[in-house]
Amino acid sequence: MFFWSIVLILIGIYSSYIFGQSRIKKLVYSTNLKPKSQYNYHAQYVLSWCLLPALIVYFSWAVFEEQIIQNLILDSFEYVEGAAYDDGLLLAEIRNVANNTDFSEGKSQEIINAASQYKSLKLTSEISFYISIIIIMVLGSLYAVRKINIQFNAQDTIEKYIKYILIFCSSIAVLTTIGIIFSLIFESFRFFSQVSIFEFLFSTEWYPFIPIREGQAAAEGSFGAVPIFAGTFLIMIVAMCVAAPIGLLTAIYLSEYASQKVRKTVKPLLEILAGIPTIVYGFFAFVTVAPFVKSFGQSIGIDASPTSALAAGLVMGVMIIPFISSLSDDVINSVPQSLREGSLGIGANKAETIKKVILPAALPGIVGAFLLAISRAIGETMIVVVAAGTAANLTANPFENVTTVTVQIVVALIGDQEFDNPRTLSAFALGLVLFVITLSLNVLALRIVKKYRERYE
Amino acid sequence: MNNTVTQERIIALRKKRSAQDLRFKYYGFIAMCLALAVLVFLLYSIFSRGFTAFQKTTILLEINYDQEVLKLTPDSTEKEIEKGKFFKVKKNALNNVFENLSKSDAKFIKKLFSTNIDNEIKNYFLNNPSVLNTKQKLWVTAHSNVDQMLKGNASRDVPEDRRKLNDIQLSFIDQLVQENRIQKEFNNFFFTRADSRHPEIAGIAGSFMGSLLTLFVVFILSFPIAIGASVYLEEFAPKNKLTELIEVNISNLAAVPSIVFGLLGLGVLLNVFGFPRSTPLVGGTVLALMTLPTIIIACRASLKAVPPSIKEGALAIGATKSQAVFHHVVPLALPGTLTGTIIGLAQALGETAPLIMIGMVAFIPNIPTGITEPSASLPVQIFLWVESAERGFQEKSAAAIMIILLFLFMMNALAVYLRNRFEKKW
Repeated sequence: MFFWSIVLILIGIYSSYIFGQSRIKKLVYSTNLKPKSQYNYHAQYVLSWCLLPALIVYFSWAVFEEQIIQNLILDSFEYVEGAAYDDGLLLAEIRNVANNTDFSEGKSQEIINAASQYKSLKLTSEISFYISIIIIMVLGSLYAVRKINIQFNAQDTIEKYIKYILIFCSSIAVLTTIGIIFSLIFESFRFFSQVSIFEFLFSTEWYPFIPIREGQAAAEGSFGAVPIFAGTFLIMIVAMCVAAPIGLLTAIYLSEYASQKVRKTVKPLLEILAGIPTIVYGFFAFVTVAPFVKSFGQSIGIDASPTSALAAGLVMGVMIIPFISSLSDDVINSVPQSLREGSLGIGANKAETIKKVILPAALPGIVGAFLLAISRAIGETMIVVVAAGTAANLTANPFENVTTVTVQIVVALIGDQEFDNPRTLSAFALGLVLFVITLSLNVLALRIVKKYRERYE
Repeated sequence: MNNTVTQERIIALRKKRSAQDLRFKYYGFIAMCLALAVLVFLLYSIFSRGFTAFQKTTILLEINYDQEVLKLTPDSTEKEIEKGKFFKVKKNALNNVFENLSKSDAKFIKKLFSTNIDNEIKNYFLNNPSVLNTKQKLWVTAHSNVDQMLKGNASRDVPEDRRKLNDIQLSFIDQLVQENRIQKEFNNFFFTRADSRHPEIAGIAGSFMGSLLTLFVVFILSFPIAIGASVYLEEFAPKNKLTELIEVNISNLAAVPSIVFGLLGLGVLLNVFGFPRSTPLVGGTVLALMTLPTIIIACRASLKAVPPSIKEGALAIGATKSQAVFHHVVPLALPGTLTGTIIGLAQALGETAPLIMIGMVAFIPNIPTGITEPSASLPVQIFLWVESAERGFQEKSAAAIMIILLFLFMMNALAVYLRNRFEKKW
């Protein structure tokens, strides 16, 4: 369907273009007047009236077709008394049988009936799709052609359409944000209708295991997210302990001491560090750093977990070094030269100038850079999914196993997803917390940096 | 008298201060070296683990393509050959690896070979049907445990019950090595096969194809939309609250953690719009939304860099606004936009978390051919292999990382090349 509808639409827009062009040419020939716009604008006008309705039909079909068919199938399905059905599984089975007759062996008669119904519905839908897309394209072109005349300013109209398309393109970003907020809030709302918000925010027990069958011997799940927040915070602290001094000192060295040549080689190398995919850091943490941390812990007499907070935090620190160093580098470079020269002029040496003059002057910007790095560290997923644990421990010992917000989101969604189960929905509540925290850190950091920039401009 | 004391104090103070200065400089130098050393160590630890995955262990097996056993005739069609009794031929061959084997030993022998060797024996026959009723010597793939042992990734000094291979199997391997019937060759499976439960026949072809298809979707969606959005914001948008909102929105979207985009894909694209799960279509859409800010920022910067005189010149000779912008300004801004797009695509190539959310972690043992088919992607494949308990997958994941790093390197090099080649200083 995908391929043929593209072909159909292409043929449609080509013929509508030709149609529009010949129409205006005929008008010009018969009236012998000069048209207000050139021929190709009239043709483009007809084309856009052919293409846009076609696209609307295409996308609405793509979105709604399957769901409508599914509902029709389920409505007319002959349920056998006493048998338990799961709608999703049933539909998957019907679809399998419909797509491949080999699967029909050993299936019950209801399913085979439903499959043939599915097939015929699919065929009807396909035929009606092609018919309606042809009709809508013809209608659109006819409407546009009727509007064409010598006086019609097609060029202005086309310009207007282009502008609308551009506005649509730039609103995609806003729509994305709305989509994020909508989906997070909607699913979180469903979560909080099952789990109290106070339990989520203040309780310290996180055992998101809900009994799958009724009467199963398992504890009620409890959703206190405090240990998760604490784990995230612990790993973030470890990461910042690595990244803050190394990143800041590197930035100072590169901007104040290093020669042009060193700067030119080291900066791209640090950018490599920023460009490495996070799953690679995860592999590094899991395969190289975690065993090292474990044996180091043993050598000083601490029993380290193989998925310790320390290993994940150290590697995450390495990951955010380039953020801190490049942002701080920018900030330090934008400290006015006059401050440096003034300090050197009254006899301070370079280290004193940096420590007593430049760093205090650049402090707001550096704080902004750190906040951005923290927001990165909190939102980072793959390192912790691979190298940190999944059990929620409330501890401040970096050798122990802790878990983070992002890990719990992945764990909740990686297996079977059931959107009436608080375990699956908890991912969205955690996602909402993550989104709010990273967004506010980011807004705060950008505001600080902006204020700082304005001060020296 | 007093004067010299003061002078000495000044000299001492100056010495202390310059020592401090020097120390501070060295701190910075050490920090920089530390960062670079970690980079080198990271790359070393991946490369040293990964390069062995490009070789696989094969064992020489003598196979008797007996007409009677196979239940085939010289003029069997390909379909009949597909159903031939190759497992029986394999069984006979395994029983004859060594002379005078007891029944229990034969069981151990079987575990030295990959489960895929039936197919290898069959494929050889499909390519050379004339070997019917002859004996052929074939190099067939060894089991991952044998492979890991010979590559030195698994130690043979641990007690027998903690090893994957028992003492009898080890003695078999030693005998095979002595008789030169075991060798390492280039691992073509790694590049031609999709994922598998068995490390020795698992490859990256499926996930690589999945990544390519996903990137294709990302490009198709994000490139035109990003150009449209940046052209609007730079050239058409009035300076009002709405425009400001869009701008703030784009810069904030760039800082949203990738996993949240995954939740968006799950909550909206899969659950509301009913996109097919686990496919490059939905993965690409999510990643396109994620890379959009990167490309828009790059595109706007290069639109800004085009001097206004070009647009004004076009307007002066009677072009309309959109003609001036699309015929004159946008083509000049294209190299910068392309550079930004490639960097955005490189970001999307390495992204894992959002793809996990929309179900691209399913086990997919075949190579996808379209954007609506379930598929894996390269980083997710690495994740699955890292998480796997089988030791043989560890070198695979390191090797897959080497491939992905190679591609990232090439994409970034292309971006730098484009920037240097086409960027104009006005």
